[in-house]
Amino acid sequence: MSSQGGHQGEDLTAVPPERLDAIEAGVGTDEWVAQAEERRIARTGLSGLVQRGWEGIPPAGHLAILMGPFVLFPFITNEGNLYRYGLLTLLYALLALGLNVVVGFAGLLDLGYVAFFGCGAYLYGIMASGHTGHHLAAQWAIPIATVATGLVGLLLGLTSWRLLGDYLAIVTLFFLQAFVIFVNNANGGLNDFSYPFVGKVDLTGGANGLDQIDPFHLFGLHITTTKGYYFFTLISLTLLMTMLFFVNRSRTGRAWRALREDPLAAETMTIPVNRLKLLAFMFGAATAGFSGTIYGAVQSGAFPGDYDVGLLITIYAIVILGGLGSIGGVVIGALIVNGAPELLRSSANARFLFYGVLVLALFIALRPWYKPLIVLFGTVAFGFAVHGIATAVWSRGTAGHIDGGGAFGRGLEHWVLLPARTNTIAGWAYFALVAAALVLTLVRGWWRVVVLIPTLYLAAFVWENKLVEQVSGATRLILLGALLVVIMNVRPAGIFGTSRVEIV
Amino acid sequence: MRPATRWAARFLCDLPLVSCILFFAELARSVPLGINWSLFFGELVSGLTLGSIYALIALGYTMVYGILKLLNFAHGDVYMVGAFIGYFVLHWLGGPLSPAVTGWFAVGVMFAVAMLGCGALGVGIERFAYRRLRDAPRIAPLISALGVSIFLQNTALLLWGPQFRDYDTFDLVGVKSYHIGTNFFISNVQILTISVSIGLTIVLALVVSRTRTGKAMRATSFDRDAAEMMGISIDRVISFTFFIGSALAAAGGVMFGLVFGQIFSLMGFTAGLKGFTAAVVGGIGSIPGAVLGGFLIGLTEAFATGYLPGGSVYANLYVFALLIAMFLIRPSGLLGSPAIQKV
Repeated sequence: MSSQGGHQGEDLTAVPPERLDAIEAGVGTDEWVAQAEERRIARTGLSGLVQRGWEGIPPAGHLAILMGPFVLFPFITNEGNLYRYGLLTLLYALLALGLNVVVGFAGLLDLGYVAFFGCGAYLYGIMASGHTGHHLAAQWAIPIATVATGLVGLLLGLTSWRLLGDYLAIVTLFFLQAFVIFVNNANGGLNDFSYPFVGKVDLTGGANGLDQIDPFHLFGLHITTTKGYYFFTLISLTLLMTMLFFVNRSRTGRAWRALREDPLAAETMTIPVNRLKLLAFMFGAATAGFSGTIYGAVQSGAFPGDYDVGLLITIYAIVILGGLGSIGGVVIGALIVNGAPELLRSSANARFLFYGVLVLALFIALRPWYKPLIVLFGTVAFGFAVHGIATAVWSRGTAGHIDGGGAFGRGLEHWVLLPARTNTIAGWAYFALVAAALVLTLVRGWWRVVVLIPTLYLAAFVWENKLVEQVSGATRLILLGALLVVIMNVRPAGIFGTSRVEIV
Repeated sequence: MRPATRWAARFLCDLPLVSCILFFAELARSVPLGINWSLFFGELVSGLTLGSIYALIALGYTMVYGILKLLNFAHGDVYMVGAFIGYFVLHWLGGPLSPAVTGWFAVGVMFAVAMLGCGALGVGIERFAYRRLRDAPRIAPLISALGVSIFLQNTALLLWGPQFRDYDTFDLVGVKSYHIGTNFFISNVQILTISVSIGLTIVLALVVSRTRTGKAMRATSFDRDAAEMMGISIDRVISFTFFIGSALAAAGGVMFGLVFGQIFSLMGFTAGLKGFTAAVVGGIGSIPGAVLGGFLIGLTEAFATGYLPGGSVYANLYVFALLIAMFLIRPSGLLGSPAIQKV
């Protein structure tokens, strides 16, 4: 369990509901765990109210609350937004759900997950596209692609059968790399393999991708619009969530959780550890393959650049934000991780989001209530002071401008330093920011407040001068990477997950 | 289980291997027979050079895994940072075209600064990203390592851009080529790379086997709790391990720059992958194994490029196949001992 400085008591109150089942069953009960219920009820304030209200609703109600807004969404938005915010979020959620089984239920680190996603898209494309000339109906092509991807997963898992665990991570990561190299080159060109028995074949269209993939023709039903794919994905997602809910409570689900917590103990309880791990891995691969067929059809093409480490990290961030092993959390994680970068796309929005999240994080992380206020006003005053001094002694330091920031941006120009030539100084400031953030984790109490003020100002400086340039590229991945490290160190169960109870 | 059943089960488990072998046997029919010695020695030397770089990366992986049982995904990116530190030191010394000092001295300074800088980076990574997670569930430090890797990689992308940076080795030290007979060529940079790599490995092996710190490292690797009870400062030993491992990776990065003349911000991913493959193939946790694995991976890559069908683009696929084959035949690696789980 994480115990972070002052609010250890709050951590203790977060007790996983599945453990409560365990208490009812009389398994693994000790005094501390037995009191979990009391501590949970003792939780006061708004968060306690929300939590108790949420837990009072039956599971079907949870599903309705989570998915209801998604049903309404297509009727209040346009085509472009439906694709960017709606369909992509659902696809990410579907992908994350599959990964959740592998990582969250069975505790395997699958770093080739995105390759299975690509596998699904390419397999569907090979079976149904103008590129290859085959046009198999979707009701056959989708299951075949899904099962075939699952089998690829099985084969890959079998190779590290005796060492499932750490080694699986490296095998799958290498598999992702191999997959990308393969689809980039398997176009039957000069450098390609000459396959045994069949010679050179154009399988994937090489770097240009596999184009003209057919839209879904399901039992004579033609899905051609974004709305159609949206509802198809929504229905699949709902079905999968329902299925996983039951799987999670089943014998298999309990066994998965057992081997995640302690494989050795699970094995001594005669749980077939390796077989169950393989099953989870295969299930994850098949889910990714299924999502891949949808993605291929929506894009009407499969392109090598789509299936890279960037997407992998995005999916991991979703699973971890949503909480390892939490089914509903995945949808919320997908909303956050997909929604935030889309909002970040225009730099004015990105600016609001950045400062908004900073202030929000400040108020969540710092207790009692007056500390964040002190930091906030301190930072504002500190900024004006620095800006005032800089205007007097270093005029080039304030010569830059913020483009298209509106009134807020113009205000910022009087607060944050904007050197005319930013490259070198912003680079050093970036290193200083990282160093300051690390120092923050080491200091306690009032020192933390003191260090926070210049750190926040530095963050604003680096954001305006450097990070804002590549908001949807490197910056996004830097933030996701940092997020993974921070969440793992502070709250390993994820924001919406429930922390582990350690019974010794 | 009856023997027949057991053999059937074994066969089923080895099915991927069997199909792999059949596939490659079919492929191998297109390999040209008759030896072109010039090509052979060329690939041999380039394989040994690549291998010595992979060996240095593999050492860091294997040491960290030996002590923490952690796959340090960020290791490949530390290697990339090392190459960049070397590059910036080179430019700080006046650049390859007009160095303020003689070329070989500049190379020495590049190695020293990159190794020190990356050593510090490695210690920092351990302190802030892994230390709190030592007793967490296995998956937590792995995800944290993944985060560090993405963070470093994209930081390089943000600050230094995606473009290639030139080391200009030719202007820096003047690449000379020595030849033995008519077919065997080796350049001075390749000699440097291979010998520095072997030299560093020998130093490392001596440190681990002869010094007090080395003894503490071995003890920690054997049983962390028992070592702590014997008065060994675990934190210091682990920091030291990260320092050494990262410094070796940095040396590898600088070598890569010198040998290939160019570095780029995404070079760490593939190299890290192959370094880890080398560590696994050699037997994870074993120092001679890492070196052996490194050379094996380097040679595989070079000979696949030269000889195997589609090798120029699919060399990495052949390395992957080697990794898979290793898992199937000898999961504990060439020089590794089978892991025994302690309770």
